[in-house]
Order: sequence, then structure tokens, then C-alpha cells
Amino acid sequence: MKTIFKTLLAFTIVSTVLSSCGNGGDKGKHGALSGSAAEKVYVAPGEHDEFYAFVSGGFSGQLAVYGLPSGRLFKVIPVFSVDAEKAYGFNEETKPMLNTSHGFIPWDDSHHPDISQTAGELDGRYVFINGNNTPRIAKIDLTTFETAEIIEIPNSAGNHSSSFVTENTEYVVAGTRFSVPYPQRDMPIKEYKGNFKGALTFISVDPKDGAMDIKFQIMMPGFNYDLSHPGRGKSHGWFFFTTYNTEEANSLLEVNASQNDKDFIAAINWKKIEEYVNNGGGTKAPTNYAHNVYSDETHSATSTMKKEVLIVNPADVPGAIYFLPTPKSPHGCDVDPSGEYIIGNGKLAAELTAHSFTKMLAAIEGKKFDGEAYGIPILKYEEILAGAVKQPGLGPLHTEFDGKGYAYTTFFISSEVVKWKLGTWEVVDRKPTYYSPGHLMIPGGNSRKPFGKYTLVMNKITKDRYLPTGPEVTQSAQLYDITGDKMELLSDFPTIGEPHYAAGIPAELIKERSKKIFKLEENKHKYVTKSEAEGKVVRNGNEVHIYMTMIRSHFSPDNIEGVQVGDKVYFHVTNLEQDYDVPHGISMIGAQTSELLIMPGQTETFVWEPKQVGVWPFYCTDFCSALHQEMQGYVRVSPKGSNVPITFTLDGDTIGAE
Amino acid sequence: MKLKVFVFTVIMALVVSCGSDGKKDDKATGPQEETKEEVAEVDPMKDKGIGPIKSITLGEIDQAMVDQGHELFKSKCSACHKEDKRFVGPALAGVTERRTPEWIMNMILNPEVMVAENATAKQLLAEYLSPMANQSLTEQEARLILEYFRTLKVAE
Repeated sequence: MKTIFKTLLAFTIVSTVLSSCGNGGDKGKHGALSGSAAEKVYVAPGEHDEFYAFVSGGFSGQLAVYGLPSGRLFKVIPVFSVDAEKAYGFNEETKPMLNTSHGFIPWDDSHHPDISQTAGELDGRYVFINGNNTPRIAKIDLTTFETAEIIEIPNSAGNHSSSFVTENTEYVVAGTRFSVPYPQRDMPIKEYKGNFKGALTFISVDPKDGAMDIKFQIMMPGFNYDLSHPGRGKSHGWFFFTTYNTEEANSLLEVNASQNDKDFIAAINWKKIEEYVNNGGGTKAPTNYAHNVYSDETHSATSTMKKEVLIVNPADVPGAIYFLPTPKSPHGCDVDPSGEYIIGNGKLAAELTAHSFTKMLAAIEGKKFDGEAYGIPILKYEEILAGAVKQPGLGPLHTEFDGKGYAYTTFFISSEVVKWKLGTWEVVDRKPTYYSPGHLMIPGGNSRKPFGKYTLVMNKITKDRYLPTGPEVTQSAQLYDITGDKMELLSDFPTIGEPHYAAGIPAELIKERSKKIFKLEENKHKYVTKSEAEGKVVRNGNEVHIYMTMIRSHFSPDNIEGVQVGDKVYFHVTNLEQDYDVPHGISMIGAQTSELLIMPGQTETFVWEPKQVGVWPFYCTDFCSALHQEMQGYVRVSPKGSNVPITFTLDGDTIGAE
Repeated sequence: MKLKVFVFTVIMALVVSCGSDGKKDDKATGPQEETKEEVAEVDPMKDKGIGPIKSITLGEIDQAMVDQGHELFKSKCSACHKEDKRFVGPALAGVTERRTPEWIMNMILNPEVMVAENATAKQLLAEYLSPMANQSLTEQEARLILEYFRTLKVAE
């Protein structure tokens, strides 16, 4: 009996080993689990990824930085939402970044990152991204991977057809999704039609220092402006925006905004409008919006309220704006690398629409109009159509290009990515996604020069794809190899928040310029302490300013007395380190704010309002060295009106008393 | 017993064949373990350390350089080093009588390698525990600080 048992057991073990061995070669069945897919996404320890992917956080309000093909997360850049980890929106220096005409807004919905371009190719200087809810555009500096500038968009609501750049980053555009009364006023909602307007905003970007400034706003009819992309190559100088709700419904839009057989792509000749504006055209209108700028010299942000914006009425610039009829409620509005084809992703349509830029110009020339809307000519659909991809799938949302003559479109309802050929409009491949993708991204896929190696598809629903984490489960990105005739799913990985869109770029275009430290001698912070000897504590009424330094592994001063209950204590802390990857943190018991995480050479400030008498500790929050646990200090808090004098010492000596 | 041996052999054979089916690693898996030789006692006044400074000739003390070096020292070094007392790092008075100028500059410019590979620097790390910080100074700046150090004498 025992022997039989042993034999059976042995047989079972051998079978198990055999079968597991055999399955390893069965690539077709397991798709992404096949050996070759694993090899393609494997980046060995210590090696770098080939691409950066900047993936929007959606309702997290941030921008996540991943490596491709590995899918490894490197950093979450705080943009529109406060981030306690990095003290963004908590320290005194970054609070102004989140100022708006509505006051301090600690959150937004970040959607569409786009990388700056020169001559139609990615140049890796900046990433722009839109805040959807309280309309804003942010610029992230790719030497520091930090938010450098945020500009609020007046007269806009649901800033969705944003933030896409023109070929030389002349402009970053911000189009409103929701039309609103212009000017804003107290009026009945049902009087929407004709009274609400849709602002399309062109923000100039200074070629030297990248400074953003609203150049003009085009006050368009009250449709919903969904997405946009710039013309390029031959169509450079134009910008294309998809619209829906051309019905101008103000309630139950899922029914009432789905009535028209065709909505429009608005074609905007921005060069013509720029010329009009440069010659004194447009009307200066009163407004109120915030312009927030962060400086790497002062390590601080400033917020300025702007009071005027230049409004352009389409009727005043004839020949600058046309409507291209496009079926039905189009979402993505995508221009191929040559600039010839403008793709309308009609999300309720049975086909994908490709307009021809050449035919569009000819139709304008020949006045092939099909009426007008609010004075803007509607071009004849048949005259501008280049072709259509028939029966491509259900619910097309967004298309990108590989630079080899193919386009890739996501289909939300049928959960797939479809590869098709430009010019012949044939579907050549389709692969399932898991599940319900929104956008997809090919590095450089929105430029003249795509890097057509991978596409990253961003999914809204993951259900059974990962270990469950209660009712709320992650959203995801899926990576496909697109170098062959057929796409191959390589991997999927969870994302931060909801990834609406991403921008990818070869790492070599960025990584050499990535800053390592801030030079102490260039620090122009108002409260910088450039050496330990300059540390001090200054009382000014009930304000106490602590000028503190940090280096491995102590604070200076680290014993402070003379603080009183009711004081407002500012810790201005400078990291004296000048070596790569040696940040220090600081946190104070009872401070109603976050820690600070201070990079070498940088100064940051937090405020502490002690409410209890006692001796209270602070400590370093970032494990900085073998003696990190020793990096701590004390503040003595006396009752209000106490005569304990202000003192500040390190190792028993008063700071600066040399 | 025989059965056990047989089963073990079969399994091993399968495991081995299965393993050799996999891709061949064409890259080195990481740095090879090095056998480090024990460094013999070195006279610190002959030890130039490891780093960019190979040889340096000192002339008369240049007061302008001393002043510049002192300023740099205050902002970049004084958080850890005092002149006449042990602090985070060693006291610096008389350092140019204990170490060669090359060693001092290499310790400033190349501290990560020094504390890992130079016998004297390793000993210091063992004693002080806090590794010498790299303050990203240039060779010229390190030279100015060295000039300042030349003026720091041990109190009589």
C-alpha cells in the first residue's frame, strides 16, 4: 500500500513538472504570459527604460511618470492636487500654485498631457496638462519634473479639449467642454441656446523661458468642445476641435445631445487670428484669473491676478473658422503625422471619419458650404471626406499614429484597439483590451515623428484583472508591441487615479538634462540660510521665524527656546547638502500641515502654531544616513507672556557665536 | 529507497532540461565579487588618496585664496567640521600636518570612493559613522579650502 502511494505521488510530481515545462512554450494560449512578451518588458535591475511615459492621474489631479516598456512607476508629480508627501500645497512656497479666482483650490481633474515640440518633433522641455474642473493649464519643467507654472482659464468650464501644443509650441490650447454664459451672469438655465458660449483659449509659450500668457480667446457657439489637436506639416497654422451637443441641450444630454446625425470638427486658422490680433483686432474684456509661477531660484511660487483678456468674435475674422460635419458626437480629434488627415472618432458612429486637409482647403476655396452655424460656414461633408474606416468597432474614442502609415484607435464599448491603414482605410488587426479603453498613446504619436514601437492603452475598467481591493479597484494601462504586422499585448500595470491620456518620449531626450541638485549659491529664497553660522531665530510680534539648516545628520539649531503658545512659528529650512539624492525631511509634532521634503540646496517653509506648553520634538522624515534616527531636535513652548528668552543652540553653543 | 532515487533523478533531469530551455542570459548578472587585499599600514603623509588629484605643489600661503577658501568652508563644510573640536567630522586644526594635500582634496572631491577604498578614510568612517558628504565642489574650490586649512594650526 505504501509503495503504491509512493508511486502515485512520484507520478503526480513528475506530471506536474512535465506539464509546467510544456506550458512554457505555449505562447498563443497565454498571450502576455508568454516568454517572449516577458522578455520584451523586462528591464534588468539597474538598467534604464527606453521611454518615459507621462500618464495623467485624472481625478487624482496629478501626473505619474512611468518607464516603458517596464511599466515601473518613478514619480507622481503633484500638479493640481495637494500632495503631503512633497508638501505641495502645504508648504508656504507652493501654496500660491493652487490659487485661482475662486481662492485656494486643492484639487483638480488632470486629463491630457502633451510634450512641447520644435519643428513638429518632441523636444522634451515641458509637459503641459489641463485641470478640467476649475479650468487651468499647468506646465511641468522636465529638468526638475516639477510644476513650474499654472494659468487659470477664464470664461471656461470643464477645460477638456486641452492642453495640446502647436508644432513649435507657439501655443498651448485650452478649449471649454461646457459652454457657459458669457459674460457670466445670473440667468435662467433654459435660455442656454444662443446665450451660452464656448471659449477656445490660445496660450502663448515664450520660446526662451517658456512663460505662458493668454494671447486670445475665441468666443465660439455654445457647443461642447471635447478634444483637439494641432495641424502639422502642411496643416500647421490650423487647430482642430471636436464638438458635441451641437443641439445646445442643457439637460439630459445623454439623450438630448445625441440627436444630430453629425456634429462638427471646428477648424481654426490660428495663424490668421494671430495676425488679426497682432494688428489690434479683438476686444479687451475685464476678467479675473490667476497666473501662478514657481521659481527654481527663490524656490517659491507667486500668484498674480490678471484682470483683462482679449476676446475674438469669430464673425470679426471671416475665413478663419469653419465647421467640418463629423458623425456622431466625436471624441478624439487626431491629425496624422503628415498633417493631411483629420480623424473624427465619432463615439456613437458606425464608422471612423477621415477628413482631408487638402480637400478642406479646396472646399473653402470653392465655397462648398452646407449652410452655417452662428455665422460660421459649414463645409459640405462629401467635399472634405478622405475616407472612412467601415465597421471598425463600437465606440471609437481616440486615434494615434505609428509613422509607418498605420493608425491605432481605441474602442470603448467593444473593448479593443484596432489597427488600420491610412489611405486605404482597411482594418488590418484588432486586439482586445481589458477593459473599456479611453485614450491610447504612442510616444510622439501626436507629432510629425512618432516612435512607433509601443502603444499604451489606458483602461477605465479592470474588474477581474488584478487581486481585488474591495469595491474600488485600480484602473490600468496596457502595453502593446506594434512593431509587427499584428499587435502583441505585452503587459498591463495598474495606474495612479484614472489615466485619461499620456505622452511618451524617448528617455534620451530628457534624462541627460535632469537636474541633480540645486546650487546653494544660487538659492535666492527670502529666508535662505546658506551656512550653519547664519542660522537664527527671530521674533516679530507673535511671529517667530526659525532660520534652520540641515545636513547629514543634524538640524541647526536643534534646541530652540522662547516660543510661546499662540505664536505663529515659521520653520524656514535649508538643506545644505550639495550631493545627488540626499534630501532631508522635517516634521513637527502637532503641526497642521505636512512634512517638508527638501532637496539639496533648497529652502522650504512650514508653519506651526503650538497650542500646548511643553517641550516638543521635530525630526527628519527621510531616511538620510546611518544616523538618521539621531536627526532630531526640540522646541520649548512656554505660556503666553512668559519671559523665557529666545535662544537657539547646537551642541550647547549659540548658533553664529563664533 | 531505490524508487526515491529514481524519482529524484527524473525530476532533476526534467528541471535541468526545462531550465536549459529558457533564454540564455547574454548579459553579466552584476559586478563580480572581488577579493579585496588587506591594505598594509600606510604612512598618511605619503598617502595621496584616490581621486582626481594626483600631485600638487604648494607655494607660499596666498591670503586671497585663504579668504575665499574660508568663505566656501563656512557655507559648504562648517555644518560638520569645526576647527578645534570633534563635531560630526574630525577637527581640522593641523590637518595639513597629518594628511597630504592630495589626500585632503580627494577626500573633498571623491568622498564616496575614499570612504569605501582608502584605508585611512575607511578608518575615519568607522570612528565617526557619518560618511563624508560630497558637496559637489570643483577642483578649484577644493584647492581654495586646502589653502584655508594650511592656516589652521593646532593650539599650543
